[in-house]
Amino acid sequence: MKAAKKIDYYSFLEKITPLIAVIFALLVGAIVIVIIGEDPIYVYKILFSNAISNRDGWGNVLFRATPLIFTGLAVAFAFRCGLFNIGGEGQVYIGAFLSTWVGFTFTSLPAFILIPLCILAAAAGGALWAAVPGILKAKKGVHEVIVTIMMNWIAASLTFFLVLKYKAPETETMIAAGVKQMIPHTKEIAQAARLPRLYDLFKSINIDFPSYNQVNVSFFIAIGVAILAYYILWKTNLGYEIRAVGYNPLAAEYGGISVAKNIVLAMVISGAFAGLVGTNEVMGFKYRWRQELFTGLGFNGIAVALLGKNHPLGVVLAAILFGILNYGGAIVNIFTEGRIPRELIMVLQAVIVIFVVISDEIVKRLIVKRRKLT
Amino acid sequence: MPEITLEMKDITKRFPLVVANDKVNFAVYQGEIHALVGENGAGKTTLMSILYGLYQADSGQIFIKGKKVNIANPKVAINLKIGMVHQHFMLVPPLSVTENIILGMEPIKNNIFIDLERATNKVKEISESIGFKIDPHAKIENISVGIQQRVEIIKILYRGAEILIMDEPTAVLTPQEVEELFEILRSLIKQGKTIIFITHKLNEVKAVSDRITVMRRGKVVGVKNTKDTNQEEIASMMVGRKVLLEVDKKEHNFGKTVLKVDKLNALNNKKLPALKEISFEVREGEILGFAGVEGNGQTELVEVISGLRLAAGGKIKLYDKDITNYSPRDIREQKIAHIPEDRRQRGFISNYSVAENLILGSNYRPPFNKGLTLNFSAINNHAAKLIKDFDIRPSDRNNLLKSLSGGNQQKVIVARELFGEPRLLIAAQPTRGLDVGSTEFVHQQILNERDKGKAILLVSADLEEILSLSDLIAVIYEGEIVAILDPKKTNEKELGLLMTGSVRNNKFPKKK
Repeated sequence: MKAAKKIDYYSFLEKITPLIAVIFALLVGAIVIVIIGEDPIYVYKILFSNAISNRDGWGNVLFRATPLIFTGLAVAFAFRCGLFNIGGEGQVYIGAFLSTWVGFTFTSLPAFILIPLCILAAAAGGALWAAVPGILKAKKGVHEVIVTIMMNWIAASLTFFLVLKYKAPETETMIAAGVKQMIPHTKEIAQAARLPRLYDLFKSINIDFPSYNQVNVSFFIAIGVAILAYYILWKTNLGYEIRAVGYNPLAAEYGGISVAKNIVLAMVISGAFAGLVGTNEVMGFKYRWRQELFTGLGFNGIAVALLGKNHPLGVVLAAILFGILNYGGAIVNIFTEGRIPRELIMVLQAVIVIFVVISDEIVKRLIVKRRKLT
Repeated sequence: MPEITLEMKDITKRFPLVVANDKVNFAVYQGEIHALVGENGAGKTTLMSILYGLYQADSGQIFIKGKKVNIANPKVAINLKIGMVHQHFMLVPPLSVTENIILGMEPIKNNIFIDLERATNKVKEISESIGFKIDPHAKIENISVGIQQRVEIIKILYRGAEILIMDEPTAVLTPQEVEELFEILRSLIKQGKTIIFITHKLNEVKAVSDRITVMRRGKVVGVKNTKDTNQEEIASMMVGRKVLLEVDKKEHNFGKTVLKVDKLNALNNKKLPALKEISFEVREGEILGFAGVEGNGQTELVEVISGLRLAAGGKIKLYDKDITNYSPRDIREQKIAHIPEDRRQRGFISNYSVAENLILGSNYRPPFNKGLTLNFSAINNHAAKLIKDFDIRPSDRNNLLKSLSGGNQQKVIVARELFGEPRLLIAAQPTRGLDVGSTEFVHQQILNERDKGKAILLVSADLEEILSLSDLIAVIYEGEIVAILDPKKTNEKELGLLMTGSVRNNKFPKKK
């Protein structure tokens, strides 16, 4: 009995390393704030109280968390198959663009067809983009990190080209003033392709929610996808095979599991998750494609997956934490009149990631040491 | 009464989950070969690690020549003239024999340069004094495992060792090399050295040692003079119950040909020919044992038959059905079971639970995969049944495989592979690294399959295993079968010579 308890203690420690990392990171952040000459308790109070103490704050946090849930799940899912998909960035661009294109092309379709179609297009675009490195890895052994990075650049350039092809017409005021669009963006998607905001939903059940808040139905799609990811990975044969390949490809092969097939499938599903970012940024927010909307989301997904220990629930929680830091950081910036810049929050995020890695490693070594001794 | 040179008194070493050494008393006489035997996990290696300063005992004392010593680290041990040859050699492959031997205590000339000449001469001197020749300039990566082991021995002699600890030294050697090693050990004794010999191979204990200390579960269960005891007695002391050393094999007639391999060719990982037109058959109720030094094509043979490697030519037939180059899953569909040679790499997924590992290979089909999801009640029932039938311990199906002992990991593999009545069982190194109890269990399972009329292809580096289990022995050398022998009419010595290519069996007609 005693032995069993001891093991539980370590696996518990392993599970809560992200929490330890967050606490350490906040301490480091506090030191930085002190160096800047501000009161860390005051700053953190503003940060957290604005983010989570009222509906508007929560809405802002969840809006920012939604795309990170998608990209975090994408990284986590591929990682379960032993793949490091750092092509979330490119998969987001392509998925979101395809979804936008469907949204402004098939404008005559009714919402109950167009919305699912746009969602599918977002997933399909990401899946397609991730399939390429998947197939290259499976068939030719080309490392997925190299290919996904390169696919990111191709996606950036390709979408840039396509934006110019489908760019929005200049408005009359712009024509009158003789200016061009500073930041190229596409035409707007059809009204029928837009996802309702939470404000609309809450209004229908008589709950007061700020109408300007951007959080939309895409958040529920993200939660649904997290549940789907969990279900696939731990409840289905496909998940059994994907994780088997991730843990030990040689044993998987021996057990008759096709390593190549599962690598491609894992990448495709991962890419589809990333592509769904389009539902939040395009279908629920800007209603058009603009590159700056997506920049960094794919890469932040890596941090989210790491902090969430590649588990769907962890990813959701980590994304929400990042959402809190992003939104709270902006508020802090305003409240301190810029003395605490938003970049400090980025530092905080980076420190969290570093501490996750460190504390993970420390716990792992502790466990290995114990195991070796026994 | 001979003089006691080393004494360990009441040594206790606790690890978080287990007492590895429980008041162990261990004494070695000057000039003897003392065998320290016990099953895996009995505490032998822990005890020797304490002696060599790798661990500190929680309590107890160590005396060298009657003087109490405190061995804080291996450096102290070396100064006390204790040396250890580890099971896994600690050599740097690109360096020469001499360079490896002097590593860490290089003789210096003119305050700057390594005095390689002096070192080389000393290496020569030491090796000749114990009766073998070695090229001091040869690179480690170019010499055989047996010679590498000698380098290890010279290395500790170079450091002035008087007490030599040898951790399972014969595990990697061929029968001829074992014989040579024993010669070396005997000449070391003549020079007044003392040797502690850790092993679990009982015939070696009998062949070379003067006295035996048997350990079980962290305790010493007995000390015997080798000449006053026998293998059965030591085995039952080790295991704590009576053990069948001789396998009980019934005579019976063989049935139809199950597996027919015809002029099979295959390449190894370096794309060089590993199998050269190899042909053989296995019949129902027959165990065909493949004997050979590792790296002579056995791995490739097993992989090609089990679908893990493509054949470069030739045919594999199962009951007249051509199964050449089937995928691993299709091979499994043909009811071919496979106990892989490297169980850690291939045999299981260490981060999967016992239950999950028990369905590896049949995970995709009913009853385990039903509709959209896995059927966990079927998986759990399956696990509960196999855990009970094969006595897998601990019996919790949710334990991760990596937390199990080697013997129980192998039980999981054997249980999984034998489930579903395979027509052909490929067993590669089925008892490697297992203790006496687990080995007995695995042997019994293999024989049961044989008696049920299954065809079995056994590949093993353990000649005793090959000789006792096989109905027919094929000796493989450089990708060819150089002899097919009746186990009753051959012996380890003959097999050893055939395996190393020293002789070719003329009785065996070489096929064109």
